[in-house]
Amino acid sequence: MSVPTNRPAGKRVLLMGTCLCDAFYDDVARATVEVLEHLGVSVEFPENQTCCGQPAFNSGDWPASRKVARHCAKVFQGDLPVIVPSGSCAAMNFHGNPLQFEKEPDASVDSLAKRTWEVMDFIANGLGVTEWKGGFEKPVRIAFHRSCHSRGSNSGEATLRLLESIKNVEVTVFGQAEQCCGFGGTFSVTFPHISGRMGSLKLDHILESNPDILVSGDMSCLMHLTGLARIQGRGIEHLHAIQILRNSIPGLAPSPA
Amino acid sequence: MSGLQPIELYARTITDEKQASVMDGSSSGTEKRFHVLSEDYEDPDALRRLAGAIKDHTLHHLGDYLAKAEQALTARGVHIHYADTAEDARQAILGILRSHGVQRLTKSKSMAAEEIHLNPFLIENGIECLESDLGEFIIQLDGDEPSHIVKPIIHKNRREIASTFLREGIGGEYNDDPEVITRRARVHLREKYMEAQAGITGANFVCADSGRLVLATNEGNSRFGMAPVPVHIALVGIEKVIPSERDLAVFLNLLGRSATGQQLTVYTEFINGPRSANQPDGPEHMHVVFMDNGRTDVLASDCAEILRCIRCGACQNVCPIYRQASGHAYRSTYGGPVGAVLSPLLFGDRFAELADLPKASTLCGACNEVCPVDIPIPDLLLRLRDKAKRENVPSAASIPMAPFATLATSPSLWRTAMTMSKVMNYLPVDVAPVRPLRDWLGQRTLPEWHGGDFRKWLSKRPKKTTD
Repeated sequence: MSVPTNRPAGKRVLLMGTCLCDAFYDDVARATVEVLEHLGVSVEFPENQTCCGQPAFNSGDWPASRKVARHCAKVFQGDLPVIVPSGSCAAMNFHGNPLQFEKEPDASVDSLAKRTWEVMDFIANGLGVTEWKGGFEKPVRIAFHRSCHSRGSNSGEATLRLLESIKNVEVTVFGQAEQCCGFGGTFSVTFPHISGRMGSLKLDHILESNPDILVSGDMSCLMHLTGLARIQGRGIEHLHAIQILRNSIPGLAPSPA
Repeated sequence: MSGLQPIELYARTITDEKQASVMDGSSSGTEKRFHVLSEDYEDPDALRRLAGAIKDHTLHHLGDYLAKAEQALTARGVHIHYADTAEDARQAILGILRSHGVQRLTKSKSMAAEEIHLNPFLIENGIECLESDLGEFIIQLDGDEPSHIVKPIIHKNRREIASTFLREGIGGEYNDDPEVITRRARVHLREKYMEAQAGITGANFVCADSGRLVLATNEGNSRFGMAPVPVHIALVGIEKVIPSERDLAVFLNLLGRSATGQQLTVYTEFINGPRSANQPDGPEHMHVVFMDNGRTDVLASDCAEILRCIRCGACQNVCPIYRQASGHAYRSTYGGPVGAVLSPLLFGDRFAELADLPKASTLCGACNEVCPVDIPIPDLLLRLRDKAKRENVPSAASIPMAPFATLATSPSLWRTAMTMSKVMNYLPVDVAPVRPLRDWLGQRTLPEWHGGDFRKWLSKRPKKTTD
């Protein structure tokens, strides 16, 4: 997989909030807005957005996923960059869609592919922010799980660089980092045993590095991993990388509950 | 909603011992590959892409390169046979063996031979056929099936192998020291080599410019198998042709490193043809059987990239599903990511039966990342999922997507559903409507539903204007 070249950047963007943030992780979408605004970017959120269509695409029901993708492309039409706090949904826009529309090209879907950025990639490579001028009072050990759908994109490198530049953040090193967490969307439903074993193994490696927070660019991986961890009695604090950026800026960090 | 996926079911049945063997063997393979490639090359990805491009080029001109290879081989006195199907290949080989009066032979490791179940076929036809690769030899003794492309017995540990040797009376009392096992196999096999009348091999590459066959092995068994016999038969998939000897610089450097983390395999044989007048030994007769067996169908499909495969097994090693389920879960010669693409296509008449294989993936892309010929395996898996759906192949545990598509294209319905979803916070897991979902929730907790909260926050905050 590779990311499109010459994507538009700039200080006006559309936010694709993702269905997971819509349903569970509202604070991730919120942090995305707050961080982008902190960088002087104006963020619009098209109300009619739903999902990128990935569940149907991965299940092989392409007529269904093309229908959702067309809706999505219509909602995000125009020429503004589309920013997504998920490597997986971003890859759906710029890699999955071209694949499923190979035999029936669609101009609006094609346009969406050429304007989509995963948020950390956008901050580092779209806005050119390579150091994050934030920090924490006390040292924080972060285990960064590089989500698989960011393979071949710039998101992993961008996230790592931004996280490592934060004052008092140490990114831990753990074994078999290239291995998938085992979520895979519907895979975790149709292959529950394999998915659970993969997740537990991933947790073993992550926890061995003794992190304070588990961080990723995809809440789907974190939902799966921390859901497993909690049932296994080894819960761990987890945040999206964009929440770390936000929380490291004193004026933006949410006050402790 | 019916049952569970076959690979999932298989993974539930394998013993901890077998799973540990597969896990250890494959993860150490991944580590070794990573280290040797990154130590030796500044940008291994560039090399992988180059190899993929050479293979793609060859596949696009396969007819021309095959004709060229045939011409060069024939000029050196090699007999060429073409086999369209597995049965054609088996009959061609049997015919050659009978014409030379062969009753006993040794065979080195060949995935093409595995693919057509050559060994049992020859034995049925009264020809003694001994596997000379140590792993394949053990598989043969156990009546087992290989579970990995380069490490056929990755699923066995040394204790099991020692028990097999004890049972078969190879080398005396029980001893599970790998060195002792290897030495005992060596003594046993050497006698057999000398009794053989033919040697069967595969080929890793066939150079179209010179007709040279290249075999990469670690045990020297193919070389040993050929030395004392008058007849050599190489069974070769038509996609093994590469344009020129020069290209070996790319492929040999990638093959050993990707397969076993070696810079080069211990033996790399370059076979010119039958023995020449001034060579003291080696086969006087050489036959090459070029086998199609579904390959041209794959070439014509939208998954042709899978024919770039050089059978290194790196995708199997790195695949988390392969590691959990083992190669046997894939019910065909080729397991793991490459098998999930190749098997349903290659054995076209078994497509419906094997259409579940492409589903056994999280589409994580690790296979593509390690592939020495840069095959976009996840894309091919997705295309096969689409094909299965289009052809109405029934699938276990598939989740109907039409309701999702309706919801995701009806924005107001979507928003209502999101807000309503919070009620789920107060419902017990047991009311989940379908079994897989209950299973899912049995292993994991879901986060608290916050449906619609982000939209509410956004609409309530003072509007920010930047321009």
